[in-house]
Amino acid sequence: MALPAIAFYLLAVATVVAGLLVVSAKNPVHSVLFLITAFFSAAGLFVLMGAEFLAMLLIVVYVGAVAVLFLFVVMMLDVDFAELRQGFAQYLPIGGLVGGILTLEMIFVAATVATNGAAGKNALPMASPVGVPNTEAIGRVLYTDYIFFFQLAGLVLLVAMIGAIVLTLRHKPGVKRQDIGKQIARTPKTGMEIVQIKPGEGISE
Amino acid sequence: MIGLSHYLVVAAILFTIGVFGIFVNRKNIIVILMSIELILLAVNINLVAFSVFLHDVAGQIFAMFVLTVAAAEAAVGLAILVTFFRNRGDIAVDDASVMKG
Repeated sequence: MALPAIAFYLLAVATVVAGLLVVSAKNPVHSVLFLITAFFSAAGLFVLMGAEFLAMLLIVVYVGAVAVLFLFVVMMLDVDFAELRQGFAQYLPIGGLVGGILTLEMIFVAATVATNGAAGKNALPMASPVGVPNTEAIGRVLYTDYIFFFQLAGLVLLVAMIGAIVLTLRHKPGVKRQDIGKQIARTPKTGMEIVQIKPGEGISE
Repeated sequence: MIGLSHYLVVAAILFTIGVFGIFVNRKNIIVILMSIELILLAVNINLVAFSVFLHDVAGQIFAMFVLTVAAAEAAVGLAILVTFFRNRGDIAVDDASVMKG
């Protein structure tokens, strides 16, 4: 068996097994770690197909940002996860049945498309035109034909960022913060009080 | 020889695992969010596989946009989860129906 085939089967099995463990692990922290494994293996599959840029993007975005975000949230929330697993065994048989049927149907469709479809005629994978690196090929179309969608993607990320900040930002009432407006608006009249004290009497509040 | 069908089969299995995960972990919203990520990963594998075997880069561009939306969705989803946890002290999805208005 050729080396690419061995690599494919290794990565494919790793992806599927890690995916199964994501949904069946008892501890959500383990789930996140298996999710990272699944993304790494999928990135390997992308490299195998020649789409190196997307493989690196997958590692940077998913493993570097999304998975770490998940890890943060799972560890931050103090939740009894054993209680949340109630109903797992109850839904397992019907879920497995539906999942198995769904997989078989999709595999049949995929096999038909792969042999009879337009893509089936090209036996050799080619992630970018001959002589052009994958990253350059993506950049050439991304910043010309798809520039509008590229900027729209940036807008989506901006909205998501603002949304996440607005949702989680919390002002504690007891914390003293610097308020520049208040500082500037302060005059000697509002800031201090001159009290005339008669000798020998002292001052009471 | 590894062809298009091999990649499509891997993506199909991964997609089903994601749907299965949503189905069996109905109370644990964190695992549900992770299952959604798995589904989107399967979609990405499909897009890249077709892009590579059709010799057309557009599929990879689209996979990139799916990646962007998935990252945004995860960030907002987890933010909602954190807010929900703060308000209720629990993340059981069954109680999410009280989140009206």
